[in-house]
Amino acid sequence: MTRILRLAVLSAGAVLVLFPFLFMLSTSLKPQSEVFSAGLSLIPSHWAIVENYGKAFTRIPMARILLNGVVVCASIVAFQIVFALPAAYALAKLRFRGRELYAAARITGLLNTLAVLVVPFTLSVFAIFLFRQFIKAIPDDLILAARSDGLSEAAIVWRIILPNAWPAASAFAIFSVVAHWNDLYWPLIAISKTQLATPPLGLLFFRAAEAGDDYGALMAATVVITMPLILFFLFAQRLFIEGMTMTGLKG
Amino acid sequence: MPNSVSPHEAMLRVEARAAWRLAAPTALLMLLLLVLPTLAVLVLSFTDAELGIPEITFLGLDAYADLLTDRSFLGALRNTAVYVALVAPASILLGLGLAMLIEAEVGGRAFFRSVYFLPVVSLIVAMASVWQYLMHPTIGPINLVLGLLGIPAINWLGSSDNVLAALAVIGIWQALGFNMVLFLAGLTAIDRTLYAAAEMDGARSAWDRFRLVTWPMLGPTTLFVTTISVINAVKVFETVATLTQGGPAKASETLLWMIYKEGFVYLHVGAASAMAVVFIALLLFLLVLQTRVLDKQVHYG
Repeated sequence: MTRILRLAVLSAGAVLVLFPFLFMLSTSLKPQSEVFSAGLSLIPSHWAIVENYGKAFTRIPMARILLNGVVVCASIVAFQIVFALPAAYALAKLRFRGRELYAAARITGLLNTLAVLVVPFTLSVFAIFLFRQFIKAIPDDLILAARSDGLSEAAIVWRIILPNAWPAASAFAIFSVVAHWNDLYWPLIAISKTQLATPPLGLLFFRAAEAGDDYGALMAATVVITMPLILFFLFAQRLFIEGMTMTGLKG
Repeated sequence: MPNSVSPHEAMLRVEARAAWRLAAPTALLMLLLLVLPTLAVLVLSFTDAELGIPEITFLGLDAYADLLTDRSFLGALRNTAVYVALVAPASILLGLGLAMLIEAEVGGRAFFRSVYFLPVVSLIVAMASVWQYLMHPTIGPINLVLGLLGIPAINWLGSSDNVLAALAVIGIWQALGFNMVLFLAGLTAIDRTLYAAAEMDGARSAWDRFRLVTWPMLGPTTLFVTTISVINAVKVFETVATLTQGGPAKASETLLWMIYKEGFVYLHVGAASAMAVVFIALLLFLLVLQTRVLDKQVHYG
């Protein structure tokens, strides 16, 4: 009895959460006349797939915009990890005065929030915190063995630490991609050419080009533009949920 | 005296030098991209600097006094506070409720977790457009459903009375799944034997078990979720930029939207800097509050 009630509540909630996705898909298939008249019916009586999705791909350079998003997110993640990992290793495992500086550096996490308002890209203090915590748990013997094998400290970072800190690195990568894939603030300030737009800005350009209430085409564009990250999530659900949990709780 | 350095000290020096080589690029970038911009914002915040106008007057604390009597800015502060007050508690409580239901469920756990998490990985700007259609005053499915229930149509995004509530609905929908997975992690970490012990001590009802075990054990998680939810809600920008641009009649002008507009549209760099400083001070205050509570109140069991 309790279980039935629980499933009923969970299912009702699921329907509410999925409501926007259902109408996004359904409306993307409907001709404009039906969007304005058909009420709540989800299945169109006339299909306008080619028309709506055609507009989604031709009004803005959709493929190029999605590619821009991938390139921007991948570069940011790579940049952040390349700078954060060696510093985090030094702070976690090596003795030097930098550790004393680091103790005073908690405030820089906050500077991060301010900095992203005034400089287009910056390093992630959060990544340093997260990696440092993770690297501390890696056994010293592993590093000593690598050192006696003649590996340089830089080689230790990339050949010993990175593989061992992989859960933290992938968790951070997912956290960073979700954040930057969504970011509109800097693209809105810095980019005026459609060719250079990231997905969120690209959608704003589409809305501007689509002055009227052509909801069918707009929904087709939203389907196309939300799909890459959703597919990525559906194929790597555990990675996503564990990654967001780890970064969320440490943040 | 070349021999005064012991082998141990020499080793430490080598280690320190290696450490600096690894940390130096990051330290340098921290200076260039974090510390200097922050200092620049601080300095500019005391001036009336405008991009394109060469004369800059130093206003000192008057700059902040001006800001605190600026009705638009106070309005943005108020709007942001209302938005946070709507989004944070709702997304935290719903996230906790869902996590407990899903935790208790054996069969559909993975399915429901993924469904509720879906909005977290959906492009906000795109989903905001979908919500705009859902909330359309005449053809929007939400008003059509309300109509079936005999409730008169609501002008969700177009009326200054409920535009913040409409944005909050989207914000809650977006944040719910994230809070849920954080609570799920907290719940799975609770030792099962505590529930058996509580039951032996006479905690019969589900409410007693929640009150005596779940809630106190979730303390640290709840605090983290609260902080993240509040900070994320304070930073609301994408939905405002896509749907309302602060309107109608500035009713949805939030802090970050106003900083963006002052700084990058009107190029009032000085005023925007002062707003950014207030924005950061607010976040700092919230973080200090969190550490205080963490130190004093959150105890296991």
